[in-house]
Parts: sequence; structure tokens; C-alpha cells
Amino acid sequence: MKLWKSALPKAFVAVLIFTLLCGVMYPLLITGISQLFFKEKADGSIIEIEGVKYGSELLGQQFSGEEYLWGRIMNVNTEMLKNEDGDPTAYGVPSNLSPAGETYAKLVKERVRKIKEANPQMEEEKIPVDLVTVSGSGQDPHISVEAAYYQIPRLAEKRNRTEEEIQGVIDKYTTGRFLGIFGEKTVNVLEVNLALDGILK
Amino acid sequence: MENTIVQYGLCIAILVALAVPLGGYIGKVMNGEKVFLTRLLSPVERLIYRTLKINKEEQMGWKKYAVSIGAFSLFSFVFLFLILLLQGVLPLNPQGVKGMSPDLAFNTAVSYVTNTNWQAYKGEVSMSYFSQMAGLTVQNFVSAAVGISVLFALIRGFVKVKSEGLGNFWADLTRILLYILIPLSILVSVLLVSQGVVQNLNRNETVELIEPVVTEDGDEITEATVPMGPAASQIAIKQLGTNGGGVFGTNSAFPLENPTALSNLIELISILLIPVSLCFTFGRNIRDKRQGVALFSAMLILLLLALSATFAAEQSGTPQLKAQESVNIEQTDGQAGGNMEGKEARFGIADSAMWATFTTAAANGSVNSMHDSYTPLGGAVPLLLMQIGEVVFGGAGSGLYGMIGFAIMTVFIAGLMVGRTPEYLGKKIEAHEMKMACIICLMTSVAILAGSGIAALVPAVEKSVNNTGAHALTEILYAFSSAGGNNGSSFAGLAANTVFLNLSLGIVMALVRFIPMMAILSVAGNMAKKKKTAVTTGTLSTCGPLFVGLLIFVILLIGALSFLPALSLGPIAEYFQMIG
Repeated sequence: MKLWKSALPKAFVAVLIFTLLCGVMYPLLITGISQLFFKEKADGSIIEIEGVKYGSELLGQQFSGEEYLWGRIMNVNTEMLKNEDGDPTAYGVPSNLSPAGETYAKLVKERVRKIKEANPQMEEEKIPVDLVTVSGSGQDPHISVEAAYYQIPRLAEKRNRTEEEIQGVIDKYTTGRFLGIFGEKTVNVLEVNLALDGILK
Repeated sequence: MENTIVQYGLCIAILVALAVPLGGYIGKVMNGEKVFLTRLLSPVERLIYRTLKINKEEQMGWKKYAVSIGAFSLFSFVFLFLILLLQGVLPLNPQGVKGMSPDLAFNTAVSYVTNTNWQAYKGEVSMSYFSQMAGLTVQNFVSAAVGISVLFALIRGFVKVKSEGLGNFWADLTRILLYILIPLSILVSVLLVSQGVVQNLNRNETVELIEPVVTEDGDEITEATVPMGPAASQIAIKQLGTNGGGVFGTNSAFPLENPTALSNLIELISILLIPVSLCFTFGRNIRDKRQGVALFSAMLILLLLALSATFAAEQSGTPQLKAQESVNIEQTDGQAGGNMEGKEARFGIADSAMWATFTTAAANGSVNSMHDSYTPLGGAVPLLLMQIGEVVFGGAGSGLYGMIGFAIMTVFIAGLMVGRTPEYLGKKIEAHEMKMACIICLMTSVAILAGSGIAALVPAVEKSVNNTGAHALTEILYAFSSAGGNNGSSFAGLAANTVFLNLSLGIVMALVRFIPMMAILSVAGNMAKKKKTAVTTGTLSTCGPLFVGLLIFVILLIGALSFLPALSLGPIAEYFQMIG
């Protein structure tokens, strides 16, 4: 009991001191440094062209039109987050499904059917796996290079452009591995689509 | 495949190359020796000591040390609990989130104070920026510091001869925060922002969708939300302090928490950096470097075994993913292949499997892919790593003191075989130490198995699971293993925000954190009183390959045997169903 009596006041003051240090001064210091040196990145890497905010370059959007490059399968939630006026906005969430069950087999089959239907030019080819799966964040902005190349014939046809032109756009928005070793090669779906629409130049 | 091996090799090489010097630095700081930051920080350090009215040279007995931790954790809990309840009326709340329900606030507060960071809520929906900063970020720092301080109390117990004192908790806490955690976090958070992690106090951004989303009711949604907040500052310490709670719901899978391959590498290394460094600090401060290297080797071997198993399972995928050979899951230069459900394209299989292994080996619990969507065996490895008690590097400080519990157990078993009184680091292991070591080694197993056993019988829990059959049992087992290992990662399909789960998981987290901690402090207190025994030809060397092998054997024996029945009903059953 005597030990507690001497420890409690110290503990109280210590929590206050470290809240001030780690919970106020430290995060504000980092916010200051970030806003000073990396403002655009610290504010969410928003793609803003002529006053219109088209999205964050780091967050995926759902594309289902055949003239657009498709990304990862998205579960779009419209109830989680609202805009300033209280209207619902879109937000992707992961599936958290086991990839081993019966239910999952049916889901993949349906996704395969949809993709094959939209890409008759690729009838003989297997579909890259990232096109039939939901990502970890539910808002993966990227697909693999193979998944993007798979869609070139369709995009060329729908956009009345040559396959080389489409590949050129895809290659422009492809990021390699870090130092050629870490991570995977990825294509930014939103950027490719903004470029195909002529918005991003 | 070659690329994956090179990636793994390089990552571990960088980790060890950073951990060796950092280990030395931490050792100096904790002994009160001069380091390059001393000049800058010692005035702040002295100011804190004066405000707290403490004498930094005071040598606390183990009871006083333990009571200080108890009092500090108690106030930490009360503060955080109140902030979470009242966040609706507190400042820095641009989204206008409401106060938490009492059971969720209890669960969250216990979770952060115990360095677990289990999350039954989604950050972007239910946390104000004030709660994130003054509540959660603070506990990210101090809960890690408490774990590290206990390790040093134990180290002093081994080093001291016939004395009482284990050091001053308040001075240890202050030094760990000022000289180790805060400087490292500043460095890491700035690096993360440079990669695209958000750091601001603005309201969430709204952007125009190119293609509107049509809901099931036929409504057209034309906008999307880009969440904002003071994220990078918390993510840095969430990784460094083996905390793991995400600022956003999907944790480090979320691109604004972990945008690039480089940010992923930085966060991965941060997860294991301090636990690995502490192995070397341990060797340095007990003045026998080989002892630290022996514990490090045992942990590294277990880590590599787990890493290869997870990677192999995830890269092979499942028959369901291949959909009768119409889907390509090969690993090539242009795609990661494998089981990409719940994984991000920029990380692929290699970086996701490495993260899943690191985060459950260390009691971190952040994720960059959804463990619920792992293949049955790929998901079983993280599960087992938590179940063996988070001793493969484990939590900051707590991993290593847990491992020392196992080392004591190992010398005891080895001592029985040859009929000698067991010794560890020159101190005799007697009845009291063995009782405490048993508590340390068995607490996790008991909490996990009893907890998930009871939960599986509660009818309400059935509504929380997202999958069916064996996988549903695995979701429950995973939740209790995560709480029972103070890990905090989840099979996120489980809807964990129910009164029963919030309370039961909260209690489990508190028990497995504080009971072993008190046990280890009492071992430390007892050890400090003992005299050093001389090394003879009959002494079992605790730094050779024989001991490392024995130690691994004991860990697997206790961990694996306790959990084999539960694992057979969960992931192993699901595996056999999968292959048909």
C-alpha cells in the first residue's frame, strides 16, 4: 500500500508529461515538417487538374466500362464515410473471404465469366490472378503489368487506337521495383484511365 | 523465385546491420552512459526527473518497480478510456465522430495500454484526430517503453550480485522514450511522408469519381472519400514499438499508410528493428555477447522456417483460385501470381508473406495483407507464431523476456537430464524461478485456449464470423491468439465489436500482459539477491548450438503441442477440405 501511495502521484504526472511530449509536440512537429517539405504527399497525393479533384493517385477507383482499364475487384461501401454535406461517398473494403471454400470458387467463376465476356480477343489466354481478386485495402490503385497487358486488345478496339499506343500509355504509368528488387512492378489504373480520357497529359 | 530469395536475404541483412549498432546504443542509454544525443537531451531529461521528483540513481526493489508499472498503466488506461468516451466533445474532430461505447472504449484502451493494439473499430470512422494523437500515439510510445524497461530490470537482476535494486522505472521510461523511441520515430515518420503517407489535420478530402458507383438501391454515388489525419507520426511508432494498430481500418495494406515498395521496406524493418537490437543489447549489458547471439540465432531460425512456410503456401494458391485453369497464378516478372485475394499488387506474395511472418513473430500485429484471406496453411503460420507466446523476437522488450522464460525452462529440462542444479547466466535456477517460468510460458496458451473455447460456445459469437465451417473456428481462434499473444493482428472478417468479444478479449489482453510481466520482475528481484556461481566443466553452456537447438525444441514442444488439437479443427481441417 505504501508503495502504491508513492507511485500513484508520479504515475499521474508522468502520463501528463508524456502525453504532452508524444501526443502533442511530436505529432505537431512531424505535421510541420511534412507540410513544409512534402505538402502534396502529406495531403494525400490528390490529382487535381483545372480545379477538379479526380482522386488520390494512391487510391483505386472502380472501373467497369469496357473503354477503361479495369483494376482489382472492388467491394464498394457507400455507408461508411460521408462528404461535408452528409451525402454518401464510395470507399473500398476488403473481402476477408477464405480463398479455399466452395463459396469462393463460385465467386471466382463468375468473375472469370465477366472478364472473358469483355475480352473476347483473349479467349485463349489465362486471366492474371489480380484481376479476379479483391485487394488487401480494398482500394489498391495498382494492377500487375500482365493484368494491364491482358486488356490491351480490348482497350485498342474500344478506343480506336493501336495496341502500341495503348501499351505506350500503360508503360508510362508503370512503376518498377524499388532498386529493381523490392516489391512488384505495378500499373496505376486511375492514371492510365485519366490519360486515355485525355485529362492527364 | 530468385528475386524473392534475394529480397528476403537483403531485408534481413539490412535489419541485422542496423540492429547491431542500435543494440549497442540502447545498451549505453540504459546504463546511463554518454551517447551522441546526451548533450541535446539531458536538460529535458533532468527537467522531467525534477517534475516527477525522482532520483534517477534510486534502485527499486522488484515490488516497487512492479507497482510503478502498475500505477503508470492504470492512469494510462483511465486517460485513454476517458478520451475515447469523450472524443465527441473534444477538439480536433473535423469529421465529427461520436464518443465510443463504453465496452469498445474499454477494449481499445486495454488494447493500447497492453501494447496489443487489437482493433474492434475502424480508425477512419470512429477516431477523432485528438484521440489518434493524444490518446493512441501516446500509448504506442509508452506501452513499448514499459516492455523495454522490464527487460532491463531483468538484465540488472542477472548482472547484480547479492543486492536488491533493479533500477528506477521512471528513469528507464524517460530514457527509452527520449533517447530511443522519439528520435527513431521522427526519422521514420518523415521518411514515410516522403513516400506519400498522409500527415495533416485537415478534414477528409472528397473527390469526383470518373465512373459513378451505382448502389443496390439504384442510387448513383459520384464522389469518393480520401481520408486524412496525422497518420505518419503514429505509423512510425506503431511499427517501431511493436504496437501495430492502424490509423485506418485496413492498416498497412491501405495505400495512404504504406504507399510504395520503399515505405513497405522501411516499415518491415521497423517492425523487427528494436526486438532484434535488444538481443544484442542483452549480450552487451550482461557482458557476454555470445548469450545474446544464441537467443538471436534461435529466434532467427524459427523466423526463417515460418517465412518459408508462409511464402510457399501463399505462392501455391488454392485450386479454387485457378478456376479450372482459366486463371494464371504463376509467378513471373510481370505478375506476382499466387493467392492475391486480400493482397496488394505493389507487395505481391513475397512482401505480403514476409510482413505476415514478421508482424506475428514480433508482437506487432499490423498487416499489409488480409490474413483472413490467406490459404489454410499460409494463415496457420502467423497463428502458430502468436500461439508460441510471441517469443520469436516478439514485442519490444516483452519478446526477449518471454524468450528468457523459455531459456530458463530449457536449462531446467537439460539440468534434469544430467542431474545437476540448473543455472542460467551464472545464477542458480531454483523452485521460485521455475514456478515463474511456468507462468510465463503457459499463460498465453491457457488464455488463448480457454478464451476461444468459451467464445466458440457463446451463441452470439456465431453472428460475428464472416466465413463458415473450419474457417469460422479459425477466425475465433485467431482473435484470441492475437489478444493472448498481445499481437493485435486479426482475421478481419470477424465482426469483433460486440459486448462479449470486447470484454472477453480485453480481459485476455490484460492478463497475458501483466501476469507474465510481474512474474519476470519477481524472477529479476530474486536473481539480483543470488550470488554468482563459478563456471565448471559440468555447466551447460547456454551459448552453443546445442543449447539453441534445445531451446527451439522446448518452444515448439510447449507451443505446438498445446495448440495441435485446436489447429487440427481449424486450418488443418480446412486444408483437407480444400484439396478435396
